[in-house]
Amino acid sequence: MSQTPDVIVLGAGIVGAACARSCAQAGLSVLVLDRGPIGGGTTAAGMGHLVVMDDSEAQFALTSRSCQLWQELRAELPEDVEYDNCGTLWVAADDEEMAEVDRKARFYQERGVAVEILDAAGVASSEPELRPGLAGGLRVPADAVIYPPCAAAYLLADARRKGGRVEMDCNAGVAAIEGPGSVRLTSGRQIQGGIVVVAAGALTPLLVPGLPIKKRKGHLVITDRYPGFAHHQIVELGYLKSAHATQADSVAFNIQPRKTGQMLIGSSRQYNAEGTEVEPHLLGRMLKRAESYMPRIGQLSALRVWTGHRAATPDKLPIIGPVPGNDRTWIASGHEGLGITTSLATAEILVDRLMGRNPAIPAAPYDPARFEHAAKEPTHA
Amino acid sequence: MISPMPECDLLVVGAGPAGVAAATVAAERGRAVLLLDDTPWLGGQIWRGEQQKPTNAQAQTWLNRLARSGVRIIGEARMVGLEGPGRYVIETPDHHWTIQPKALVLATGARELFLPFPGWTLPGILGAGGLQTLVKTGWPIEGQRVVVAGSGPLLLAVAAGLKKAGANVVGLFEQASPASLARFGTQLIAHPDKIGQAFGLRRQLAGVPYKLGWWPVRAEGVNQVERLVLTSGRQTLTVDCDAVACGFGLVPSLELPTLLGCLLDGEAVAVDAGQQTSVQGIFAAGELTGIGGNDKALVEGQVASLTAIGEHAAVFPLHRSRNGWRNFARALGKTFKPRPELLKLAEPQTIVCRCEDVTYSQLSGYTSWRDAKLQTRCGMGPCQGRICGAATRQLFGWGMESVRPPVLAARVASLIPSDERI
Repeated sequence: MSQTPDVIVLGAGIVGAACARSCAQAGLSVLVLDRGPIGGGTTAAGMGHLVVMDDSEAQFALTSRSCQLWQELRAELPEDVEYDNCGTLWVAADDEEMAEVDRKARFYQERGVAVEILDAAGVASSEPELRPGLAGGLRVPADAVIYPPCAAAYLLADARRKGGRVEMDCNAGVAAIEGPGSVRLTSGRQIQGGIVVVAAGALTPLLVPGLPIKKRKGHLVITDRYPGFAHHQIVELGYLKSAHATQADSVAFNIQPRKTGQMLIGSSRQYNAEGTEVEPHLLGRMLKRAESYMPRIGQLSALRVWTGHRAATPDKLPIIGPVPGNDRTWIASGHEGLGITTSLATAEILVDRLMGRNPAIPAAPYDPARFEHAAKEPTHA
Repeated sequence: MISPMPECDLLVVGAGPAGVAAATVAAERGRAVLLLDDTPWLGGQIWRGEQQKPTNAQAQTWLNRLARSGVRIIGEARMVGLEGPGRYVIETPDHHWTIQPKALVLATGARELFLPFPGWTLPGILGAGGLQTLVKTGWPIEGQRVVVAGSGPLLLAVAAGLKKAGANVVGLFEQASPASLARFGTQLIAHPDKIGQAFGLRRQLAGVPYKLGWWPVRAEGVNQVERLVLTSGRQTLTVDCDAVACGFGLVPSLELPTLLGCLLDGEAVAVDAGQQTSVQGIFAAGELTGIGGNDKALVEGQVASLTAIGEHAAVFPLHRSRNGWRNFARALGKTFKPRPELLKLAEPQTIVCRCEDVTYSQLSGYTSWRDAKLQTRCGMGPCQGRICGAATRQLFGWGMESVRPPVLAARVASLIPSDERI
């Protein structure tokens, strides 16, 4: 870039791509740096589930706003993004989980999200491969799935079309943020920009030490093509009782039908697992769990298994905004398993704040400053 | 399922010449040996059918020795991954189980290299080795006009086999230049039996037009191949045909050794003098260490096995022969290396990845195999890049990427460790 870019975005994953696009739309010039291919990090490792979530009001606000932005974008997304409005089916195994279906349904309905409660027969007829005897489920028809690497590439291409002044270098390993608006590459080269936006996912703490982002490893399996084996993204509600919410290694049943007819099977969560290797026992637990929900899943042909690292924060909310005391380093990271869903709303909040505009949803719950207080309260989970 | 053999002295994967030799010599010395192959037969690609219908004395000798040696053989069995250090997951059509051998010999062989040219995906165009295999298993080829084109000594054997099966071989086209083959010929002095083989094949091909320095540029046809257009760089030639047997040589099947962490040396598994890979206790033999044919495979299989079981004294006499075949393999690679023109045959709309229908133009512009895979799904289909991976390495100079388990498509159930099932 001949002149100094207004914004240097570190990371060409889905969040960095969305931030670059929103910056360009706001008329800012942008330089995107990444050490590898577009969407080659956690973006490539994830499922690409666009899902409205209800763990907290702030999580709901961000996921629902972002799903709305995805729906607005849908018409212009190219074929290879594979947007598929398959909906989410949350399945309840027993009465206790059915009570959660009712609670969840109320939560969504009160906030204007269309849902449908299914009884045992309803679940069985909408997903015949599920085991008999499940209590019921909750269908969220507006949820969708996309293929994330192509979505990230599209957002970057769109940024170029809209704002024009977007450049990127995908061989640029970033060594450090050296000073206000300045980064040093692993090659030694120094680049000066207006501000730096760190959208480096689980690697963000390497560039901004002290941020409470931890790697949370996951495994996924993709199968050969079995069109119709599953129709919705199906997620178990049993994770409430499992260890998915705690620090221990955990697995939960989650399956996604791809537009190609392939099935993507998850999920696992692990802290303190820095390596990228497939861990056979955890993988086995994950698949056994999946098999307990869909008994014929074991007979499908698995083509590939891989792992990735989610960028997890203590309160399960992403970090969006300036680093306290340093208004030239901004963060857009810590999305754990929801980065694909929340990328668009993240970018919207970031750029609205950057431009001094009022964000569409309150930005405070995601502000990096919230951990200033948390740090003084070591009991915080 | 309970493992049919939870432990053994030696586990051999692949029952071609290298695997057969490795398994046999260890079992002959009293070791407990398990030999796996993903087909129901012994002999691999090169000795396919020898078990049922013997034609090759060398194959018979080894298959007889194997039968007498006490090796436990399991067909339709594939190693799909690791459950822990030294604990391998094996899948058969009905079961999966784990095994913990004292040593492992990998002899998974090679597959054909396909370089895309316009029309190469038309029905009727098959790999040279692939068509040979089909014909051996009864594919009706009698009276059909077949062109054999591509590169490597396999073409001669394939053409001879097709002719014997009643095909009308309308032409045999080798891309390597006459000069390059002449240089290779002089090096064959060290391997007189190879010269004999080559002359034997040429005799069987009497009457078949045989051209050196010619290669295919385009296949044409409506619903299936009707003609193949070839060039020598100066002239072109159109040959009407019903089928094309085409292959540009062989490439080692590196997925399993790569997944197990074995380092590579170029396009082959790196091994030491005892055929041990960079991973302690894992050996590699045959085409995996460099394409060189069955004689190299037989001697490497023996060296690997004897080293693995600690019979070092028995290994030394084999070194000289093994080193000779390694040199032969190097000369082979040099002689039949695809010429640069072959890398420019694909047109923008030519399909490169058949599983995911990815064209040449969709792939140009990416800087790495991974980048291209993520954005175009090239290599993400059922074959997991086994065909297009080698082609894109040649076409775009992309490096190999890390291999993701399972090595071969495996049942989801096979990925669940047995103790997780209790």
